[in-house]
Order: sequence, then C-alpha cells, then structure tokens
Amino acid sequence: MPESRMPENGTPESRATATPTRAATAADGAEESGPLLEVRGVTKTFGHGRRRLTALDGVDIRLGRGETLGLVGESGCGKSTLARVLLGLERPDAGTVRFDGTDPFALRGKDLLAWRRRVQMVFQDPFASLNARMSAADLIGEPWRTHRDVVPGAKAQDKRVRELLSLVGLRDSDAHRYPNEFSGGQRQRIGIARALALDPDLIVCDEPVSALDLSVQAQVLNVLSELRERLGVAYVFISHDLSVVRYIADRVTVMYLGKVIEHGETEDVFDHPRHPYTAALMSAAPVLDASHATGDREILLQGEVPSPFDIPSGCRFRTRCPRAEDLCATEAPPLVARETRDADDSHASSQAYSHTALCHFPLEAESAWA
Amino acid sequence: MTTNTAVPSPPAADAPALDVEGLCVDLSTPAGRVRAVDGVSFSVRRGRTLALLGESGCGKSMTALSVVGLLDPAADVTGGAVRVRGDDTLKMSPAQRRRLAGPVLSIVFQDALTALNPVQPVGRQIGEPFRIHRGLSRRQAHEKAIELMTRVGIPEPRQRARSYPHQFSGGMRQRLLIAMAVALDPDVLIADEPTTALDVTVQAQIMRLLRDLQDEREMALVLITHDLAVVAQRADDVVVMYAGTVVENGPVRDVFADPRHPYTRGLLDSVPEHAVRGRPLPAVPGSPPELSAVPTGCVFQDRCPLVRERCVQERPTLRTSGDGRSAACHFSEELARA
Ligand SMILES: Nc1ncnc2c1ncn2[C@@H]1O[C@H](COP(=O)(O)OP(=O)(O)OP(=O)(O)O)[C@@H](O)[C@H]1O
Ligand SMILES: Nc1ncnc2c1ncn2[C@@H]1O[C@H](COP(=O)(O)OP(=O)(O)O)[C@@H](O)[C@H]1O
Ligand code: SF4
Ligand code: SF4
Ligand SMILES: [Mg+2]
Ligand SMILES: [Mg+2]
Repeated sequence: MPESRMPENGTPESRATATPTRAATAADGAEESGPLLEVRGVTKTFGHGRRRLTALDGVDIRLGRGETLGLVGESGCGKSTLARVLLGLERPDAGTVRFDGTDPFALRGKDLLAWRRRVQMVFQDPFASLNARMSAADLIGEPWRTHRDVVPGAKAQDKRVRELLSLVGLRDSDAHRYPNEFSGGQRQRIGIARALALDPDLIVCDEPVSALDLSVQAQVLNVLSELRERLGVAYVFISHDLSVVRYIADRVTVMYLGKVIEHGETEDVFDHPRHPYTAALMSAAPVLDASHATGDREILLQGEVPSPFDIPSGCRFRTRCPRAEDLCATEAPPLVARETRDADDSHASSQAYSHTALCHFPLEAESAWA
Repeated sequence: MTTNTAVPSPPAADAPALDVEGLCVDLSTPAGRVRAVDGVSFSVRRGRTLALLGESGCGKSMTALSVVGLLDPAADVTGGAVRVRGDDTLKMSPAQRRRLAGPVLSIVFQDALTALNPVQPVGRQIGEPFRIHRGLSRRQAHEKAIELMTRVGIPEPRQRARSYPHQFSGGMRQRLLIAMAVALDPDVLIADEPTTALDVTVQAQIMRLLRDLQDEREMALVLITHDLAVVAQRADDVVVMYAGTVVENGPVRDVFADPRHPYTRGLLDSVPEHAVRGRPLPAVPGSPPELSAVPTGCVFQDRCPLVRERCVQERPTLRTSGDGRSAACHFSEELARA
C-alpha cells in the first residue's frame, strides 16, 4: 500500500446483522475501510462563566479495527471524559469524532440507536455498576430490550446468554444468580458479557481491572484478550497500572491535564519515552524486577498535577518538568514526530504510526533510532 | 502531664522492635463469629522494612489495627502476643497502651481523609501529640507542627497550618498523616496502604518520604500493601497473607526469586510485567474464600494446582527452614520442581 495516510472518510462497510464472525471479517478488511475511530481536536469544558475547567483540550486519537489503545495519565487528566465522548454521552465543544467515517453526534433516531450498539463500555467498579435486583441473565440480556432486533425471541436470547456466559468463562448455571452471589472478578465478567451482548466493534474499558485483586485481575485480562482474538473487537483501555497497559495495548496515548502529550506504539512509548512527563511516569512506577530497582533511575517530580481551572501558560507540564526552560512558560510546545518503522519492515504496513510528543525539548532516544 | 516514665525503655539493638506472635482476631458478623486473623506472626527490627502482602480482605488492616490497639468494637483479639520493647501490649491496660501510641508505635492509615479530623485545622492536629505526650504549650506544639509540615514537604507550612484537611490534595493529606505519625519518633511505623489512592508520581514522592524518614529516625517500618512491585523495591522481608493466615515469609529477594507456597508463586506469575502481549497470563483460578467459608484443611486448597487428599484433611503449619524462610504448604518441596 503506497499511501501511509488513511483516507479521512473510509467507506463504511455495510453492517450485517449480529453474528460473531462479522467483526472478525471486518478486522481483516481494516486496511481498506479506514480507521474504526478517529478523534480530532476534541475539546470539552465544564462549568459556568469564569469558573470554567478544560477537561479535554484538542485531543486526537485514532484506532483501527481489533486494535487496543491504552490511555494513561493521572487522576483528572480527562481519560473518563474522553471515554464519555467516545460513547456519545458527552458532546464535545469543538473537534470531530468519526466512527467508521460517521459523526455519531450528527445521528438521530434509528441511526443513533444503531450506532450506539457498536460502542459499549465496561466500568471500573463491578459492584456499583450492576443492578443488584437483576439476575446475571437479565443483566446480560437487558440491552436487547432497547435494541430489539439484535437477538429476537426468548429462545434465541436464552441461547445467546449461555453463549455469552461461556465466552467470558462463566457457567450456564450462573445465569440465574444475582450480583451479590458473585465475586468481583465474576461480576466484571458479567459486565463484559453485557457489553458483548450487542456485538460491538469497540469496547471502552475504564479501569476495568483496577478494583480487582491481582490473582483475579489476570483472569479478566485473559478474557478481554481472548475476545479480541475471537471476535476482533477493539478496545480503548484506560488504566493507571502501566504494567497492565503494556501487556494489553498495541498503542498508548499519554494524557496530562486534558492534552495528549505523547502517543506511539506501546514498546516505543514504554522503552523510549520522549516526553519528560512520560519518562517520569514510567520511572516512578514500581517494577517487580529487582534488576530495575528504582534508585537513581527514578525521576522524582515536584508537586502534583495543577488544578484544571488554572492551567499553566506555555507548556502545562512546566511547573513539574525537570527539563523546563524559559521558552516553556511562554510558548505552547510543538508536536514532534518520529517515524518508528523498523528497518526490516519496509512493506505495506508502513502505516506511519509515528511516535509523537508535545514538547519543546523532547528526550532523544538512544542509538536504537537510526 | 509527663508520662514518659511509663514507657518501657528502648530495646537492645538486635532485639526486634516489634514482635507479633500467633495473633488471632475474631469478628462478630450478622452470620456469626468468624476468624479474620488466624495465628499471624512476624517480627521486625529498627531500620528494617517488613511488608505485609496480601489481597483485599485477607486481614492486613485487622492485623495492623490489633497491633496499635485500635480495633473496631466488632472485633476481638482472641490470642497471641504483640511485644514492643519486650512487653506484651495485649496484656497492658488501655491507659498503658495509649502511652505507647506515638513514641513507640505509630500508624499511617489507608484513608487519609477519614483519618484526619475534618473540623480542626491541620496544624492543631499535628501538634497534638506534643501536647499530650510531651506536655508542650499550645504555642510550642504549633511551632513543632510547622517544623514537621516543613519536613514532610508541605509548601508554605505556616499559612497552611490553619487550613482544614479537605483543603489539601490527596498526596498532601497523606504527608500530613505521615507528619503526625512520626511526630514522636516511634520505634515502629505501620503504614497501611499509604499510597493506594494516589497517582503514580505522587506515590513515588510519598514512598521516598517514608524511606528518608525511616533512615533518618531508624524506625522499623511495617508496610502493608497488595502491590508486589512495591514490596520488591521497598521491603527487606515479606509476610504473604491469605485468608487471615500467613502462608509464606522470608527475605523478599529469596521469596520472590523462589516462592515456596503455591499462592505466592501464583501471584508472582500473574503479574503482567513479565508477560508477553497476546499470550494468556498464568492466572490463579477462582477467588479467595469468604471468611465464613475458609476450608478446614489448607486455606488455599480450592485454588491450588498441587492440591491432594492430605491438603483437604490437614491444615499445613508454617514450617521454618534454616534459611530464615517459612511456608505453610505440605508440598513446598515439590513447588521448586513444578
Ligand atoms: N460533569 C463534570 N462537571 C464538571 N467537571 C467535570 C465533569 N466531569 C469531569 N470533570 C472534570 O474534568 C476533569 C477530567 O475528569 P475525568 O473524569 O475525565 O478524569 P480521569 O482522567 O478519568 O481521572 P481518574 O483517573 O481520576 O478517573 C477533572 O478535573 C474533573 O473534575
Ligand atoms: N469492622 C468490621 N466489621 C466486619 N467485618 C470487618 C470489619 N473490619 C474488617 N472486616 C472484615 O475482616 C476481613 C479482613 O479485613 P482487613 O483486615 O480490613 O483486610 P485487608 O486490610 O487485608 O484488606 C475482611 O473480610 C473484612 O471484610
Ligand atoms: S515543553 Fe518544556 S516544560 Fe514542557 S515538557 Fe517539554 S521541556 Fe518540559
Ligand atoms: S498444602 Fe496442599 S493445597 Fe495447600 S498450598 Fe500446599 S499443596 Fe496446595
Ligand atoms: Mg476516570
Ligand atoms: Mg486494608
């Protein structure tokens, strides 16, 4: 493929009815049909008059079919707000969202309903997000009450519930149990089965394993990975646990105070961070491996994230940045890009997914980058 | 009000600063009495860090609260000993125990917001230990509080001393709690998940602060956490808890390199850090038992890949080997080969 940039409006392929194979075929055709999701310059503010807070400030993200995008950044940086925009729950003040080439915010009525099916959500707290008075089967099948044509008929629904239960590693007999009879990990599986009920193309996972204990977290991560393999579903995966993101994500977007400050392939971002904030974040996260013991490698930042009501001028990270210079206070930093194609990978997949950072003085990678 | 005389004198250099032996705690629940902590033992010397590692609900906080004498009324210590400076605090009167809180034993709680008094300026709260234990005047205590706030990195401490807890960020509140806890130079500081609710970069600041304070004051630190990486980087020794019991303990380096309990092994394996994307994580199946349904034999039997008849019949005891390590498993030896 000679072109490195996808056409902005890829032809949306015709949507067949819900069958598990549909998404898989779509995944194969990813090259032809453009990105599944493309977000450009999305800005979202909250509040009134002078007390306005900028939760998202010109955010760009892009995601292909069957891909997983990791979204990291500290509390309040706008991850959940972005998730709500992707789900159509929050209308951006500026910028565009294209899902399969279509602007979901322009849709009405039946078209909107049809679109809603395709993007689902898994929440952080498996305890709070499920209605305690509904059985597992009711919870999983509830979305079909709104989207009536997805699985018509009680018999078919029963059968599909059982398929979904087994897909997330639960038993048939679990269908008639209630949330309080399940452990946290099992509840999270029900949440996932429910998200899958409408056979979505994209699942936004907001801290899906943060409330779970380590030994259970691994089970849920395995379920999510397996679904990606089998159904070709794409994920936006929000987590503050960097080791989880590294394991699950193909690409990573790092946010700071409402802006994307770094983006790239997971390995590039983790092993050769270019933005000083990313570098600090990576070095601050404790790692198990004793040979990586923090010690002098650790970049200890001063202070905490500034208030989103009062964003610093120039570069918003400058109040904590160990590399800050005068320029950083006066001028907004540029987006610098670096091509990251492997030397031996000159063929078609030159999607030019470059590694970008928003910084006047980005860190230079070691020799690995020729 | 000088009460220093009642505090036992500091221990000999090589004696443990804190020695917990066979601690048992029962809880009254609507479903009847259950055992939340079942025979927990560990000890820690000054200047050393011991990690209590385990998943939520395994009894870490109950253990910590029993040690400092702050258990909820629904819970009773039903056995064991908690020795500081050679004396068993469980045998002391409430007044004697209160005198230990601050100069000998101190705790930083999991939830900084609820641990601070919301209607009192923070300077007053931080100065309080000096008034109660050292008999300082209000003004002297206030000066001490400002000194401590400076030490833990609160900017503009003199002005901020008049602020209330909700006016501080999560990281700052945790610093305030730490300031209070180290005010009287305790022998032993217990920190219960001190960074769990904080952002990664702030977590790193707090861990650094704890380490600096520990070095400077030669405290013994009991670090309670569910984070294996924190244990690996920060602790000398580790006590792995499961369902109210200790399943393994020993020097962190050895335990993590070569675990002798299948649960420790399972935890280490399920960390995504070493996993390869696209390959399943080796997860431990199932989840920890409810307190009311802890099996009679081995507590880990429902999830253990090595389980067999004997494990169902007989609860393994924590067996100590010569190298300062112990594990509660009938078949530890096989784990090395598995
Ligand atoms: N409905 C709202 N009204 C006002 N402010 C809001 C609203 N939703 C979010 N915010 C603010 O927008 C900013 C971004 O919030 P968001 O929930 O997206 O953060 P986050 O990155 O998900 O954080 P966390 O890691 O804590 O979940 C925060 O400052 C938050 O307080
Ligand atoms: N005040 C209480 N009343 C009833 N149950 C409690 C109380 N405090 C703790 N528990 C229970 O005791 C067990 C151990 O709790 P805890 O020590 O807080 O665990 P950890 O700190 O390891 O997460 C849990 O099952 C918990 O639900
Ligand atoms: S622009 Fe300046 S302050 Fe901002 S991250 Fe880069 S070096 Fe630091
Ligand atoms: S005693 Fe048996 S069940 Fe328990 S951990 Fe050892 S092998 Fe597993
Ligand atoms: Mg959030
Ligand atoms: Mg606890």
